[in-house]
Amino acid sequence: MRILNRVTAPVEADLTPMIDMTFQLIAFFMVLINFSQSEQHDRVVLPTSELAKPVDSPIEFPIIVHLTSDDAVVIGGDKVAMEALRSRLNPEISLLKLDGKTAADASIIIRGHRTAPGGRVQDLITRCQELGFEQFALRVKEEIQ
Amino acid sequence: MKFRHRSKQEDKTQLSMTSMIDIVFLLLVFFVMTFKISAQEGDFNVKMPLQGDGAPTDSTQLPLNLRLKSDGAGQLQEIVLNDNLSFGTDWSKLRGYVLQMVGDEAGPSEDEGPEVVIDLDYDLHYVHVIESITAVTGYRSGDEVVKLIDRIKLAEKRE
Repeated sequence: MRILNRVTAPVEADLTPMIDMTFQLIAFFMVLINFSQSEQHDRVVLPTSELAKPVDSPIEFPIIVHLTSDDAVVIGGDKVAMEALRSRLNPEISLLKLDGKTAADASIIIRGHRTAPGGRVQDLITRCQELGFEQFALRVKEEIQ
Repeated sequence: MKFRHRSKQEDKTQLSMTSMIDIVFLLLVFFVMTFKISAQEGDFNVKMPLQGDGAPTDSTQLPLNLRLKSDGAGQLQEIVLNDNLSFGTDWSKLRGYVLQMVGDEAGPSEDEGPEVVIDLDYDLHYVHVIESITAVTGYRSGDEVVKLIDRIKLAEKRE
């Protein structure tokens, strides 16, 4: 009996739909990634407010100050004593001057932890006022109903 | 001359997909791991120049001095308006009063309209300060935000 020598083609899976889906997933996550989270601090849980609405246009010259749960002041990742706030903010004021602006043109964005003492916020504002800052923004989280 | 016979299968060039799929999956894992669903954030703008530095004055002659008392542990004990009106700890009562008082006079801009000065105990939790600002600033009606008072100030800190 004669046996035919059959050449079997290698089995190949069609990867096209999987790659399509994977690229779509990557595109989805890339679009949704929120880089503004870099402004956040893990020791700050913001209070919520039903009136919180995202700002319409980006704030010009924002300086973000965190008031953390352990009562520390954090600016740009550095823990700053309230008494040393002046020396920490002076370089920012110099940068503003290079742009022909003053401290009054900048906005201090206060990201306070919900249980931080309110007096601490007052203290922070007073010290910033002494440096010439006039505009403050109290950052809150949107209340989801 | 002898020609070597080349099969059609040898002519077919094949792209190696393995490395690309590896990278694509790495990217996917990165985005999935860093993805975080978070609520949107917003700001309450407070314009507070030093006293006497050309600070706009209250043109409506409605003195609104909001005193927030703490129970000593940071919780809200009492809300008092202008030293004589107590609202207990009910923000909706305060909002109702403000709505009744300044409803028609409230200006939409930050430079006009009545002004609220919030005077609080040092240890009062920040969340109550935000609650007070929310109560006097406005309220939400459906998707719309109805503004009441846009000018907020924090008083000097109490020792």
